[in-house]
Amino acid sequence: MSEAPLLTATGLHLSFGDNHVLRGIDLEVRRGEVVALIGPSGSGKTTLLRSLNGLAAPDAGTVAFDGGPSVTFDGGPRRAWGRAGRRAQAARDALRDRSAMVFQHHHLFPHLTVLQNVTEGPVQTRCVPRAEAESRALGLLERVGLADKRDAYPRELSGGQQQRVGIVRALALQPDLLLFDEPTSALDPELVGEVLTVMKELAEEGWTMVVVTHELQFARAVADEVLFLDDGAVVERGAPSTMFSAPREERTRRFLHQVLHPLD
Amino acid sequence: MDVQLFTDSWWPLVLGGLTGTIPLALVSFAIGLVLALGVAMLRLAAHPVLSGVGRAYVSAIRGTPLLVQLFVIFYGLPSLGLTIDPWPSAVIAFSLNVGGYAAEVIRAAILSVPTGQWEAGYVVGMSRTRTLRRIVLPQATRVSVPPLSNTFISLVKDTSLASLILVTELFREAQEIAAFTSEFMLLYVEAGIIYWIFCTVLSFGQTRLERKLEQYV
Repeated sequence: MSEAPLLTATGLHLSFGDNHVLRGIDLEVRRGEVVALIGPSGSGKTTLLRSLNGLAAPDAGTVAFDGGPSVTFDGGPRRAWGRAGRRAQAARDALRDRSAMVFQHHHLFPHLTVLQNVTEGPVQTRCVPRAEAESRALGLLERVGLADKRDAYPRELSGGQQQRVGIVRALALQPDLLLFDEPTSALDPELVGEVLTVMKELAEEGWTMVVVTHELQFARAVADEVLFLDDGAVVERGAPSTMFSAPREERTRRFLHQVLHPLD
Repeated sequence: MDVQLFTDSWWPLVLGGLTGTIPLALVSFAIGLVLALGVAMLRLAAHPVLSGVGRAYVSAIRGTPLLVQLFVIFYGLPSLGLTIDPWPSAVIAFSLNVGGYAAEVIRAAILSVPTGQWEAGYVVGMSRTRTLRRIVLPQATRVSVPPLSNTFISLVKDTSLASLILVTELFREAQEIAAFTSEFMLLYVEAGIIYWIFCTVLSFGQTRLERKLEQYV
């Protein structure tokens, strides 16, 4: 019955100089599961997420996908030159074959149209014929209600539309794992809903997702597991219903209280 | 003022510009840009030796007069047994010069593209080279058009130095007519006017190019 997790991360450590950002984090993500990472800013959530696709280079630990790739970080050089540096970089690059990421500030390509933004990855790096990539992209844009924006440039869209295109760009890569880095934090409050709705639908469709978020209601409604991080370590983990109603740790309780009742 | 001489010498000078100055500037600029992209990549390389080579090159070009560079190539190299004709000498000197100045422009333009654009390229599966080519350079191009236009306009005027290594172009044409007629003031002012017209036309071109690249952002 117990299927191997899609992603297993163990013992992740990462320091920037004296700043110990990750202090030995373990994480398992099963297929079809939504994992939410919550915690105060500077707690290491985003760095953890970026370690899972090699945008950050931990000093120690392992990130392994079921069926590969599997990367063990050994504190080698973070620079990209020399044989050891190049090998480490190639290993990190390989992690991105299985996942796609949605950024806080969308990072759409400003010189490309919406459609080109979505097809750029599949056509350039996954060798999908352009016609096929375009029809697939249009289908995805249709789903998020943006098919009529196919020829618009990113700057012509609202923040919520930009972020929905960002999500479609990630989906078009047909990844096994979707990573979300605070996808609604940079949006005006009234635009948050349209993005969260799309994410909720993706979760219901069975996409495997790791989501860094401050939207606790979203985490409660959608996540299968919530990890509360503070100071580079997982303080508490569990089902959202239990964690939000009866947190075991004092730090979790304090954080939830501050977020849910900021005026107290 | 000798109006007759002014009008008689107008076409020879313009022709000198069209057949000497402009081709020299265009060819040197094209080669210089390719060189500059290479030097900019060296400057940005993670490896300290590579970035050091790039830095040394830029320092040598920017720290010495263009006239000295020109004379080293045309009058200096023959003593090492390497004699190069005037026109190729000028192209080599101007290309190397543009390579140094434009490298700094291109480097700054590449650095002005947000890190997130690189990361977005990696996330959709691109290598560094492909991300540079398809994502970063198109955005850097837009940023670098105004400063590179400056470099090109300077180059058009600097090609007058080539007259000192016997290249036939606008200014040398003026010098020859002036020497023959002794009308120095008239001929040199006339040459200046023609340079000014060339540069003004180029400025218009720059504005149009900028507008075309402004369709996004």
